[in-house]
Amino acid sequence: MTDVYIVSDNIVSSLGFTTDENMDLLRLGQTGIKQHHDDRISPAPFWASMVNSEILARRFADISDPPRYTYFEQMVIVSLRQAMVQAELDLTTDRTLLILSTTKGNIDVLNPNLAGEKGIERAYLWQTAQLLQYFFGFRLKPMVVSNACISGVLALIIGSRLIRAGEFDHVVIAGADIVSEFVLSGFNSFMSLCTGPCKPFDKERQGLSLGEAAGTIVLSNDKELANKKDKVVVGPGFSSNDANHISGPSRTGEGLYIAIKRTLQQTTQKVDYISAHGTATPYNDEMESIAISRAGLQDVPVNSLKGYWGHTLGAAGVIEAIAAVHSMYGNVLIKTVGYNTMGVTHPINIIDKNRETKINTCLKIASGFGGCNASVLLYKK
Amino acid sequence: MNGPYYINDYCRICNGTVKVNDKVLYRSHTPDPAAFYTEVYKETAINYPKFYKMDNLCKLGFLASELLLRDKQLNSRYAGDDIGLVLYNASSSLETDKNHQLSIQDRSSYFPSPSVFVYTLANIVIGEICIRNKFYGEGTFFVDEAFDAERMYRYVNLLLYESHVQCCIAGWIEQHGPNYDGILYLIEKTNADPGGIAIFEPQNLTQLYLQRN
Repeated sequence: MTDVYIVSDNIVSSLGFTTDENMDLLRLGQTGIKQHHDDRISPAPFWASMVNSEILARRFADISDPPRYTYFEQMVIVSLRQAMVQAELDLTTDRTLLILSTTKGNIDVLNPNLAGEKGIERAYLWQTAQLLQYFFGFRLKPMVVSNACISGVLALIIGSRLIRAGEFDHVVIAGADIVSEFVLSGFNSFMSLCTGPCKPFDKERQGLSLGEAAGTIVLSNDKELANKKDKVVVGPGFSSNDANHISGPSRTGEGLYIAIKRTLQQTTQKVDYISAHGTATPYNDEMESIAISRAGLQDVPVNSLKGYWGHTLGAAGVIEAIAAVHSMYGNVLIKTVGYNTMGVTHPINIIDKNRETKINTCLKIASGFGGCNASVLLYKK
Repeated sequence: MNGPYYINDYCRICNGTVKVNDKVLYRSHTPDPAAFYTEVYKETAINYPKFYKMDNLCKLGFLASELLLRDKQLNSRYAGDDIGLVLYNASSSLETDKNHQLSIQDRSSYFPSPSVFVYTLANIVIGEICIRNKFYGEGTFFVDEAFDAERMYRYVNLLLYESHVQCCIAGWIEQHGPNYDGILYLIEKTNADPGGIAIFEPQNLTQLYLQRN
């Protein structure tokens, strides 16, 4: 069977503009979630993980003309460009597909005060993907995956399936979302935001922190392109639905359990590490602990990275998978920043301090509104 | 088994007409989608009060799925997690996005509502259909410029061929302002008895989508 290799990656977030910058601060346990005052997003101060807009503007000015592109587009282009330069892919063939993973894309253009001349048309996700296609010269029409908070993991699953099925040789996955008044006010109305940085799986957790980020993963069937010492492969992965509630996770973890079980059925390898969704809402983390326990993985070290980057929605699965891959390269388990005391009823093995250990396999999981869940296995080859 | 697979049933909702497998179930001259959906709900005797809470995108997808799956006993033929859903549209949840935006546009009358905000995700329609039918399987929402039979065919075919998915509900569910355009196909590995609508191929997907209601 064709193997799908991770060739290159990039993370643009509050913690930096390269994967290395991000990984360095993750290893130091530094959160990017801070209090912000920005009247365009909220009349009151708010806690979130925000990209440094001045640095972003400078980075983007090195590539193209900033006024023509939205903040969201600039973030994605900066991220995509770095990962693609590293990968040295020939994009001009019809064997390379771009997948955009996002929940809301250019949602801020719905606000007439922010849209400027760019107009509301920019809010169509396929238009954003088309803009990226033309910017970089992809020959094929991109795909857009918009599946709430599992979008990033699902894009990885879809991209790797398409390569394994021989549909494409290379798939470039860009996952991104911005912190906007639109999203902040919505999560606020759900009362699911916390004050201060979020505390995944902790007894005191009170809700999630929002974040913005753009992440890129380049996948390929060409082993030679995966030029790291350790080659990491995207293995089996599945999505599922709770069939229970549109805005609350299943109390039994049914959907996530199904997705994990399906994934494990496809491998004989033991899972060394779980990169959880861990949004730090009371219900999500509880549900995840149940699903992980039901799958018999309660002893496997697990972390959530939401305490570093916040919940970056369509980017989350992508940047968390990248961090997992780099944890595998470095054989280091990153601690769950914000976590202190076990706060879920099914005890799982939360990583509470960095630890060096051989990591050959990682299970990346995610869950989201609409009752959707996803699970994918990453392993060294 | 790498195909051929079968389009055993389809439901087309457009231009005030609801059609299942070439048979017109309901025709209306009501231009407003919301009013039209309520008519369809009542006229086809669906009983699912949660319908009234849904946004228009979910209503369209829900109605199409109800009428497509009526009397098909899918759950007795397949395990709930072997049934997949693959939906596409062009404007995602933009209609409800605009409603949420209106609720926060004026800071002096700021009333964001969780019951609106939850529908600002296109994949909620998949959730609604799964809840109604106890489907636990694969679900994917793609956004594309226009109906693309080739893309739909390739991904659904891959799911049926490469994964555990035994049966797939796929289609185009577009709702934005006065415009709506829905089609759902029931795609299975074996031909229905008596025979289904067509072999699962891009040109057949297109033909069913393009026929005038």
